[in-house]
Amino acid sequence: MKTILVLSVAVLTLAACAEREQTASGIKSDAAPFQGTNRQFMAKGWKPGDRNSWEQELKVRTVQGQNDYVKVP
Amino acid sequence: MARMKFICDSERCIECNGCVTACKNEHEVPWGVNRRRVVTLNDGVPGEKSISVACMHCSDAPCMAVCPTNTFYRTEEGVVLHDKDTCIGCGYCSYACPFGAPQFPAAGTFGVRGKMDKCTFCAGGPEANGSQAEFEKYGRNRLAEGKLPACAEMCSTKALLAGDGDVVADIFRNRVVKRGKGAEVWGWGTAYGSKQAGQPNGAKS
Repeated sequence: MKTILVLSVAVLTLAACAEREQTASGIKSDAAPFQGTNRQFMAKGWKPGDRNSWEQELKVRTVQGQNDYVKVP
Repeated sequence: MARMKFICDSERCIECNGCVTACKNEHEVPWGVNRRRVVTLNDGVPGEKSISVACMHCSDAPCMAVCPTNTFYRTEEGVVLHDKDTCIGCGYCSYACPFGAPQFPAAGTFGVRGKMDKCTFCAGGPEANGSQAEFEKYGRNRLAEGKLPACAEMCSTKALLAGDGDVVADIFRNRVVKRGKGAEVWGWGTAYGSKQAGQPNGAKS
């Protein structure tokens, strides 16, 4: 009985010395941005999940927002 | 889709730091960390030039090459992102980066380096797009909202251009043709290869 008690105490105390499980994986997969988000701040004019419409939206946004030569001829 | 790229037009940058403020606000970046900053060359000398600098999302990113935990990854759009869960804060990326992009929050009594933080091209991280976890670690994911990086969209003089490399290069080319000068794109040679840099022969970017 005494032996079992000593062994169980030893197992419990030594368990703290065990190596922690390493669950961190290398590179996680990241969802493509054209999948969109579920938030209400999405830009209008494109359909989440449709890569072409997302690309088009960004292109239009770049040209209209950043090319001032299209605003002032 | 071509690759996402930044261009900073030094002929237009007026050192207003609007891009820095937009970035800090959009992503709620903590004190001591600046994902983007404005650098002025020859400050105070007539003809001084300012440029807005952040991660350029290099084609052959040195940070990716030196990271011992393989924490960086590149998206299909050419955006270089990292996973804060695997970052050990060693700082190798900081030494390797030619733009000084990686930032380390100095949290704790002894100024121990925390997990690296850098510009994400407003594309978040590996967590679910638009999730709270993604926001807390990497900031807003504007790209997944169909928007461009906040720094470029907020730039008052449109010195900082961000978006599809082909489109922003077209916008910049048009400007250079109209004004007849300022073809040098700072950092492009380093980030995307000297062939695309638009630099005069032998010039460093």
